[in-house]
Amino acid sequence: MFDFVSFFPRAVAQGIPLLYGSTGEILTEKSGNLNLGIPGIMYVGAISGVIGSFFYEQSMAGQPLVPFWAIAIPMVCSLLGSLLMGLLYCFLTVTLRANQNVTGLAMTTFGVGFGNFFGGSLIKLAHSDVPSVALPATSAFFNRTPSVKEQLSAFSSLFLHYGFLAYLAIVVALVASYILIHTRVGLHLRSVGESPSTADAAGINVTRYKYLSTCAGSMIAGLGGLYYVMDYANGIWSNNAFGDRGWLAIALVIFTIWRPAVSIPASILFGGLYILYIYIPTGTEMQYKELYKMLPYVITLIVLIIVSLRKKREDQPPASLGLSYFREER
Amino acid sequence: MKHKEPLIYISKRESLPWQKSWMIRGIAIMLALVFCGVITMLLTKLNPIEVFSTLFYGAFGTPRKCWVTGQKLAILLGISLAITPAFKMRFWNIGAEGQVLIGCLACAACMITLGNKVSNGLLILISLAASLAAGAIWGFLPAFFKARWETNETLFTLMMNYIAMQLAAYFIIVWEVPKGSGTVGVINDQTEAGWLPMIGGKRYLLIILLIALLTVVMYIYLQYSKHGYEISVVGESRRTASYAGIKVDRVIIRTMVLSGAICGLMGFLLVSGNDHTLTTTLVEGRGFTAVMVSWLAKFNPIFMVFTSLLLVVMKLGATEISSTFGLNDSFADILTGIILFFIIGSDFFTTYQIRFRRPHDKRTAKAEPLQPIPQSEPQKEVQ
Repeated sequence: MFDFVSFFPRAVAQGIPLLYGSTGEILTEKSGNLNLGIPGIMYVGAISGVIGSFFYEQSMAGQPLVPFWAIAIPMVCSLLGSLLMGLLYCFLTVTLRANQNVTGLAMTTFGVGFGNFFGGSLIKLAHSDVPSVALPATSAFFNRTPSVKEQLSAFSSLFLHYGFLAYLAIVVALVASYILIHTRVGLHLRSVGESPSTADAAGINVTRYKYLSTCAGSMIAGLGGLYYVMDYANGIWSNNAFGDRGWLAIALVIFTIWRPAVSIPASILFGGLYILYIYIPTGTEMQYKELYKMLPYVITLIVLIIVSLRKKREDQPPASLGLSYFREER
Repeated sequence: MKHKEPLIYISKRESLPWQKSWMIRGIAIMLALVFCGVITMLLTKLNPIEVFSTLFYGAFGTPRKCWVTGQKLAILLGISLAITPAFKMRFWNIGAEGQVLIGCLACAACMITLGNKVSNGLLILISLAASLAAGAIWGFLPAFFKARWETNETLFTLMMNYIAMQLAAYFIIVWEVPKGSGTVGVINDQTEAGWLPMIGGKRYLLIILLIALLTVVMYIYLQYSKHGYEISVVGESRRTASYAGIKVDRVIIRTMVLSGAICGLMGFLLVSGNDHTLTTTLVEGRGFTAVMVSWLAKFNPIFMVFTSLLLVVMKLGATEISSTFGLNDSFADILTGIILFFIIGSDFFTTYQIRFRRPHDKRTAKAEPLQPIPQSEPQKEVQ
């Protein structure tokens, strides 16, 4: 029997990093920047948080942590780390007008290397026997769930069983959706992504919008990495554990056809698809599990094709996606 | 209202002699190396000479290391050559990873299922054909949808990577030896059926020679053939191309099939000529690195030899540094990333010109306005 009550929370837990990543990437892409560095940025966001809380836990030397600092230090470190990555990307692609694909791929190489390098160095510093850094004390604060009483009704285990970062992800996605669709800032941002020269002629500061949205997007994506380490993985960093979730987040952007609000259910769906193979009885035929893992990508591909077949204007990628803007170029 | 002159003028350069543009790039690489050296010094507390000598020792220290460098260079260069025609056409194919892997898979499939059933020479031919076909299919699909319906090729090829990876994962479990190990081991370990022969007693020599040949062929194809000309016209402007009577759709599909097939060939060389096994990470992200190699060399196959050499030497050298001084393996990725950032950034200075506001001659600045903005420079081939 398919156990939905145990399946759903795990799908959500898998989906939240994707939701952060895709919300960040949607904001970025709406300004016309195709940031393929998101996987690297999520690594940097995660490891920056880990570094912050590692040194905080070390400095407390076994005394109980102060809840405020235990949460604030990793959050601020994570946001700063991914902000720097976002600034680097913007500097190269917006100010220096470099090719976005190449810059993004270089950022991913760098970011994943950065994460694994400092992860590995911390493992050495911690003198641990296993190849991972464990931060259970910090993680406990991130894991704390709103359902205080341990009554496990179906409702509370389905909806009230997550750490605060999970709810924050949903709030961020809704806010991003509102800003994009209903505010002037969002309108300007979308116009920058569709046609920067038109936006420029209308007096919108293209550079500022590109910088702001890309940096905000990077910071949001970085939180996805932080959620993964602190909440999903219970504060245990091991190298390469984050895997290819960053790319899956980029897939999710296409799947939701650039809508952060749609991203909320879609990320849970993707999270579900990601772990579906655990729940489908395959008996001894292990190989089919690998085929189930292909599902998110195949479905994204199909959505991509259908969207391009239908040619509905509101479903298309931002028109100037992937192109640098130079005012004097016609 | 008082108009203030902007502090910096940025305008597009008319054109830059290639010596000058390569000098700018050279300076960027030097700066990057200095920067990398400083970072390494801070982490290892060595003097810079030791850092760089360790780096070179890692790449060229012993004859064996030289061969490894040559082999890694050949594979990376081959994949870069494979994606170059598509890139020159402004077809942002980031799916080389999957195209190579599917070639690996096809080759391994032939070696496993046909091993010892047909003669060795025939088996090599069959697996070569299968790899080429598999890579070509992986290239054809995104090109077909791009040509027909303008489907975004970057995202399409990205997804195809993972489909290839999961297919490979599926077949690895189907063929695993021994059962339950999750790996296929060395294919045809005893019989060496389907293995490319060694020439001159050197394991990597054949691959290196093949790639050297491929480099020259690709250079001629892009520079002097009609196809190469069509590719660069389509890359400059698809409209111009179709006005000139070039069937853009056909060029896109043809080029991507070619590109995918060469990726498949690289998969064949990896499995049959080098690793003799199949894993999902066999390509080691070189499909993505190849994008940067090709782009940094401005799609010129001859320059690509140098850019891929730079990246391979950095990678092997940094691995040597990290193993000698007990740093983490990923150190190489950080250094590679830094070098890439510098080169990517340097591109700005080759395409654009910067002038600062001169403090005192406001009147002359008004009298003689900026030199006319150059039109986006047309390439010679297009004219």
